[in-house]
Order: sequence, then structure tokens, then C-alpha cells
Amino acid sequence: MRLIETKGLTVQFGRSTVLSNVSLALDRGEIVTIVGPNGSGKSTLLRTLIGAQKPARGEIIRRPGLRLGYVPQKLHIDPTLPLTVTRFLSLPRHHPAEATRAALEQAGLPDLRNRQMTDLSGGQFQRVLLARALLEKPDLLILDEATQGLDQPGSAAFYRRIEEVRRELNCGVLMVSHELHVVMSASDRVICLNGHICCEGHPEVVAQAEEYRAIFGTGTQGALALYRHEHNHAHDHDHDHGHAHDHPHSHEAAE
Amino acid sequence: MLDDFMVRAALAGLGVALAAAPLGSFVVWRRMAYFGDATAHAAILGVAMALAFSMSVFVGALAMSLIMATTVSTLSGRGFAMDTMLGVLAHSALAFGLVAVSFLSGVRIDLMAYLFGDILAVSRGDLLVIWGGAALVLSLLAWRWQALLTATLSPDLAWSAGIDPRREQLVLTLALAVVVAVAIKVVGVLLIAAMLIVPAAAARPLAATPERMAAIATLIAGGSALGGLRLSFQFDTPTGPTIVCVAALIFATTALIGSGLRHRGAASD
Repeated sequence: MRLIETKGLTVQFGRSTVLSNVSLALDRGEIVTIVGPNGSGKSTLLRTLIGAQKPARGEIIRRPGLRLGYVPQKLHIDPTLPLTVTRFLSLPRHHPAEATRAALEQAGLPDLRNRQMTDLSGGQFQRVLLARALLEKPDLLILDEATQGLDQPGSAAFYRRIEEVRRELNCGVLMVSHELHVVMSASDRVICLNGHICCEGHPEVVAQAEEYRAIFGTGTQGALALYRHEHNHAHDHDHDHGHAHDHPHSHEAAE
Repeated sequence: MLDDFMVRAALAGLGVALAAAPLGSFVVWRRMAYFGDATAHAAILGVAMALAFSMSVFVGALAMSLIMATTVSTLSGRGFAMDTMLGVLAHSALAFGLVAVSFLSGVRIDLMAYLFGDILAVSRGDLLVIWGGAALVLSLLAWRWQALLTATLSPDLAWSAGIDPRREQLVLTLALAVVVAVAIKVVGVLLIAAMLIVPAAAARPLAATPERMAAIATLIAGGSALGGLRLSFQFDTPTGPTIVCVAALIFATTALIGSGLRHRGAASD
């Protein structure tokens, strides 16, 4: 059975239709990225999948007992709410101290357990958000522009971490991203959204699709090809020599 | 022991403090201060109705608080300008309540007792209601604590964990109405919101986690209740306002300590 599947999903805000007739499905071990211009309904789609937004029509079929991990675009923590990193990691369920320590370690973070969430840097904050979602051992990880506000090395490292997570947990990953070149190299499948699904498939196929070009233009094509080349390079290194590589791109990504 | 009115007053103050402080922490975190005001002010209308129909004042106040809290809670999800809406509701509820009370000819009411509380007149029956209400609110909060906290942090995080934030909002709404109804006798409708917010705000600079903030707020609220009671006895001042004054002074103190701590933290970085 698929992890999650939608059939003819239509979402409306008042009278305006934000999403119409969206049908998609996701399997274990798959990284699927949703791309689309501003206002194309990407975040709305994710919010509908987690249950925060009720569809006007259509259905969402979740595999029974599906565990969701959700990493929001941003999280505002009210200054009146004291919240240490440890305490945050134990929401909504308590985890043993050992588990939260290990989660931070795996996220590549120093021991921040007693720090206030509001004192973290942007990169640390995003990693803690991801670590919290992973503590639930999700079957499906949903990320909404999780690298927003990170610099290029930071976001490259973040996506590498997502790939690791997919391997470790064999979970499905569904994410929204604006960083087309990164996305294209990190995803198994790309869904191009603009109120409806314009096109869908392997990154290279989507990048060639007329619908995609109509939205993103052909300009990204060059950058895309270049990036994919670099990525393949780094990827091979990973497989052959573990992490001891000296490729400039990988170097950046290891930051 | 309960024959002594001072003992009953102290127990009443502690009962309200015990329920109001942890709930007040949520009111602060969720920026619902005005919400507390609107609910409390609506209670005076409930008092008027209870007196008109010879019902228990507690029941009347609880009913009106519930209606107001539910109305506000429903409206808040619909994109109204909430501060304006709450300002309108809070003050009109109070105004209608005061006008309604004036219609009650033949009934001698000491309006001041409902506006500012009358803790020295707490009966054994009142104590039972106050402690029953406090126990109800505390068990609701303890039962839903993790879910409430998640929903407070982010409704979307709650949804993704299978928690319905609207249900958690309803829990808080109910708890708020109960606290308002039991606190009327102790601090009066005008100062209930202060019992919710001031101890929680005073606890903030001293706390690193939500649980510690709620616990410290409870200590501060209890201390304010006992201290205020004693001072009002000594200086012959109205008890409800004296309790709030003590809480406000504690707030000023912890705010100073807090800024001192931050200053030191910044210097050592």
C-alpha cells in the first residue's frame, strides 16, 4: 500500500480555488519535491496532507498507522514561552534524555540541550526542527521549504542529511522547495504545481517539460545541468571513498 | 479551623491561585489576555441574571463566561480584527451587566463585592466550589498538557501529530470560564484577568521551561494571595486589589532580576 495518496483533491479558501483536482501518491524510500511559483498552493497542499486544511472535494488515503514527521517553513516561538531544545524535542511526546541527546548528535549539532530555542542560529533551528520530526521515527517526512534562510552550504548540508535520513529510516520524503537546482539533484521525482499538477516525473523529464518551462523559463536549464554534473561527481565520491573527499562542491556541502 | 473567616479567605485565595496561574501561563503564551478580560467581564452579566432569577451566582457567572468564551473562541478562527472585537465584547458585556444589575429593584446588592471581590465573606460552600473548580481546571490542564503545549507552539505541528488544535482551544476556553466563575468571590470580575496574567508574566524571567514557568507562577500567585490578604488586614485596604498589587510588585522585581540576568549573560558571551 502507498504511504499516502490523494485523489482529486480540491481546496478552496472562501470562493477562490487554491488547489484543483490534485492526485498524487508517495511510496516508502522515495524523495518527492514539489516546485511551483509563489501562490501555487504548495504549502496549502502540505497543510492539507497533514490534516490542517480540509479539502472541499477529493480524498486523502493514509496507510493505517502512518507516522508523520512535519518540518514547517518557519516556527515563531512567542518570547513569553520559555522553551529549551530538550523540551521542544519532547513535543508532542516525551522521549528519554538519551534519545534526545542522540537526535542532536545525529543532526550534527553540538550539545544544545539546555539552550533556549530562541537563542539558536537559523541553521541550528532548522536542524532541531528536523531532529524533532525524526524522533517520532516517521514513515513519511514532510518538509515545507525547510532550508529557507539558510546559506548555500547550509542548505546543501541540510539536503544531504535528508538523503541520509531516507536511507536510515526508509521513509518517504515529500518536500516543497524554491531552490530548483538543489531540488532537481536531490529528488527521485518532481511535481510541478500551479494550482493543479502541471507535470510530474523524473527531474530531468520535468525540467524538459513545456509546462515547467512555461513557469520557470529555460534559464534555469543551464544551472540545472551544471549542478547535476557537480552533484553526480560528489555522489560518486561518497560511494567510493566515504566522506574523505576534496571536491570543492562536496567540501562546501560538508560545512 | 474553617470557622475563622481569615482561614477561609486564605484557602479561597490559594484555591484560585492554584488554578489561575497555570492557566494564566497559557493565556500569556497564546496572547489571550484580552480574551480573559472579555470572559471575566461577561460574568457580571451572569451575576445579574442569577440574581434576577434567584439562581446561584456561581452558575449564572459560569454560564455567561462559557457563552462569551465560546463566542470569542469561535470568532477568533474567522479572521476578525481580534483586538477590536475583544475590546468591543469585553466592555459592552461589562456595561450591559452593570445596567442589568441596576434593574434589579428590591434586591439589595453590593455591586462592589462582584466587581472587586469579597474574599472575607467566603463561606464553606464557596470554598467547596472554589476548590472543586480548581481541581477540575488543574486536572484538565494536566491531562491535555502535552497536546495544549504543542497546539500553543504551532497549530500545524499539532495537526501533523494527530492533535486537533481546536479541541485544545476548547479545553482552555472551558478552563477559563471555570476559573472566572470561581474567582469572582475572591478578586472580582475587574481583576480576574490580573490573577491570570500577572503571576505568569512575573514567572517568565525566572523560568527555562513551560513547566517551570507554570510552577513558579503558581508559587507567586499563592504568595500574592496570602501576602495581599495579610496586608489588607493590616492596612484595612480592599483585599482583591491588594492581592493584585502584591503580584504586580513581584512582577516588577522579577523583571528587574531578569534584565540583570540577561545583562550578565550578554557580558559573559
